[in-house]
Amino acid sequence: MTREEIIKPENLVFSKTKLFTDKPLSYCPGCGHGTTHRLVLETIEEMGIQSNTIGIAPVGCSVLAYEFMDIDMQQAAHGRAPALATAVKRLNPDQFVFTYQGDGDLAAIGTAETIHACNRGENITIIFINNGIYGMTGGQMAPTTLPGMKASTCPFGRDVEIMGNPLKITELLAQLPGTYYVTRQSVHTPGAVRKCKKAIRKAFENQKLNKGVSFVEVVSNCNSGWKMKPVDSNKWMEENMFPFYPMGDIKVPQEEK
Amino acid sequence: MKELRLMKGNEAVAEAAIRAGADGYFGYPITPQSEVLEYLMAERPYETTGMVVLQAESEVAAINMIYGGAACGKKVITSSSSPGISLKMEGISYMAGAELPAVIVNVVRGGPGLGTIQPSQSDYFQATKGGGHGDYRLIVLAPASVQEMYDFVKLGFDLAFKYRNPVMILSDGVIGQMMEKVEIDEQIPRRTREQIIKECPWATTGKTANRERNIITSLDLDSSKQEKHVLKLGEKYDKMRAEEVRFEKINCDDAEYIFVAFGSSARICQKAIDLGRAKGLKIGLLRPITLFPFPEKPIAELATKVKGILTVEMNLGQMVEDVRLAVNGKVKVEHYGRTGGIIPSPESVLCALEQKIIGG
Repeated sequence: MTREEIIKPENLVFSKTKLFTDKPLSYCPGCGHGTTHRLVLETIEEMGIQSNTIGIAPVGCSVLAYEFMDIDMQQAAHGRAPALATAVKRLNPDQFVFTYQGDGDLAAIGTAETIHACNRGENITIIFINNGIYGMTGGQMAPTTLPGMKASTCPFGRDVEIMGNPLKITELLAQLPGTYYVTRQSVHTPGAVRKCKKAIRKAFENQKLNKGVSFVEVVSNCNSGWKMKPVDSNKWMEENMFPFYPMGDIKVPQEEK
Repeated sequence: MKELRLMKGNEAVAEAAIRAGADGYFGYPITPQSEVLEYLMAERPYETTGMVVLQAESEVAAINMIYGGAACGKKVITSSSSPGISLKMEGISYMAGAELPAVIVNVVRGGPGLGTIQPSQSDYFQATKGGGHGDYRLIVLAPASVQEMYDFVKLGFDLAFKYRNPVMILSDGVIGQMMEKVEIDEQIPRRTREQIIKECPWATTGKTANRERNIITSLDLDSSKQEKHVLKLGEKYDKMRAEEVRFEKINCDDAEYIFVAFGSSARICQKAIDLGRAKGLKIGLLRPITLFPFPEKPIAELATKVKGILTVEMNLGQMVEDVRLAVNGKVKVEHYGRTGGIIPSPESVLCALEQKIIGG
């Protein structure tokens, strides 16, 4: 095929989601953030809710999420996204409201805001990227760093006797009466991407029911922070992260059981 | 004739928020301001005007709820007292950076630390000089009566939206807890979605096909753009300095000595003036109503006409620094204050004037 033939519209098999802006993604090649962004944006596009969706960006690698998403967005202080989302949804019940947060943001500095928004049963969607490390600040230990896993602030591996235990916040949130749907997904294979997309779609659709928080954890690699090649990091994730953070639904609505 | 009610200062704030057509109040209990949230929960405005009222899990969460609401162009208000306001400072800095309008009420108690639950004015620096990080200013209104607690809520909203900037009502435990009669306004209806979109074209109201997306952020990693942004904020603060200075002068025309005092200290000074004038002392009062922007010019003008100035504040001497800057050495400026929740008596204020200024 010549170049001219390849770029003909009828030969197009894959393209950028319309709701992505033209800004080049700031994420490292191989990282799961870009894919997860895409799934969120595909969901918003497919549901036709661009004009009534408000997103909340965190502090962390995805601090600039608003640069890439062609929707109205607010950028929150570190860990406070669920507090912003609480007010945005209560003051605008007809808007779809989501937060997009990493593990340091959601499960360390913002633990109180996360737990209380979930416990109050705010009618919002939370997308939680768990890569077990602080990516943006250069690979420090996160609340979700595995025992024995190395990071710049635990260079000999996380010693739980000294540094404490990793926090399985998603299991904790599933215990709260205010969460409606809690699931753990990944985006490292085509199959996983499809499953994750379904979960995100459900988490957004649930806002129509007004039944509480829909929470999607995405266990992701951080090849730069973990100092691995992307493919190796995904293999390491399967072998080490998944046994500790098992894939699948943790809490599903009663009526679907 | 307007409706009159006997109310606590804190209750007046709550009622004023409802009447001003506020969309939401988010707060956390702390003495001596808990009546704001209690009053709203008892009044249930969510059943009448549709105003949202929520007790947050912390002051940190409450101010970030205010950030989220203000970013949607909604009229939102929070209140707290000194230790709680310290917790809100992160959010206030972010709101100043992101240019978000809101009203924040501080019913000041004595500090530092947990301090005391009794009244104080020791948060003057925090309110007027920053408090949070970065180059920013709040418009700071200092009520001296329960009526002003009420009036400054609506005024605060007007100024906050005019400048897209947070406004702080810097009250104290005296004004918050005492009861006085208040003239109540007619209910202002909450703005419709269409009105908000028209009045706040910057707000996150949902990206429609006819406009670019709206982003609310205080972040710009490009230093040249960030500097431009901060300079724009600076121009806004200069405009406030030029247009929003508010103050009250009492008995200043023939005065040889002047008190400068705000809030409840100004009330105490009025009594001290009566006591002094009965003794033949010509004393006046300049009461700053806006602490930022500070009434520098009227104080500088008075400094050319009087023999001395005493600032009276319930702190170790904070506003006195701004008064001295305004006076610029023309006359003697001294400070008198009590701290730790002690309220100075009018007699002690007059005595301080006689010792530090007249006899000093």
